[in-house]
Amino acid sequence: MNNQRRNVLKTGSGAALMGILAAAGIIKPGMALADWNKAAFDAKSMADTLKALGAASPADSKDVQVTGPDIAENGAVVPVGVSSTLPNVTMVAILIEKNPNALAASFVLPEGTEANVQTRVKMGQTSNVYALVKSDGKFFMATKEIKVTLGGCGG
Amino acid sequence: MGNPMKIRAANKDGVTEVKVLVSHEMETGQRKDSAGAIVPAWFITELIAKHNDKVVLASEFGPSVSKNPYLAFKFKGGAKGDKIVVSWKDNKGDTRTDEAAIG
Repeated sequence: MNNQRRNVLKTGSGAALMGILAAAGIIKPGMALADWNKAAFDAKSMADTLKALGAASPADSKDVQVTGPDIAENGAVVPVGVSSTLPNVTMVAILIEKNPNALAASFVLPEGTEANVQTRVKMGQTSNVYALVKSDGKFFMATKEIKVTLGGCGG
Repeated sequence: MGNPMKIRAANKDGVTEVKVLVSHEMETGQRKDSAGAIVPAWFITELIAKHNDKVVLASEFGPSVSKNPYLAFKFKGGAKGDKIVVSWKDNKGDTRTDEAAIG
């Protein structure tokens, strides 16, 4: 067994094999989650995240609200809520502009579930928090700045 | 398997509000331990809530959701005694499912 493995590595096909294994999700089981939108969660900038979510240019809307404190003393636990009065909301997402990866969470809302979701997120520093809402197939956005006095992503 | 979730569900005027408190580290993969080594990411990626057998919320989390994630949402319908089932899956493939009755 070991000899065979060595041979594989020696012949130089090792790298290719690793690539195949990685692609199949064998090496990192976490990556094998079919449904999880890896591209969106891995995207660093707001623009890339929006692109990965299929919402390249959302319109600002007064009918979307971001709720949260004006100043968060502890960036590790910042209560953030998204609500909207827009009709047929099927998706809601929370994005934090200055976090290492902008997307914090996204929610798919089946019919009957209200566009009103609250959760808690970590914020590394003071940042704009965006709420992205998909209503009738179109994307809308709202923003709120939350000031952080103690970051939640430090070591 | 993680510790049990706390789930509260209450129906008022035909709308059920569900609150979930999950017990999970939600390690970002950005932190370093005292030896300077990066603590590997460990976080919930998916959380699904069902009312009886109907999905009422399907969420995807990134590592920037807080430790011990809290989630609150509302859906139309639901009656006292109906079952709310919440399950999550993390990036290590661990899962957990808990249920509660609407009170």
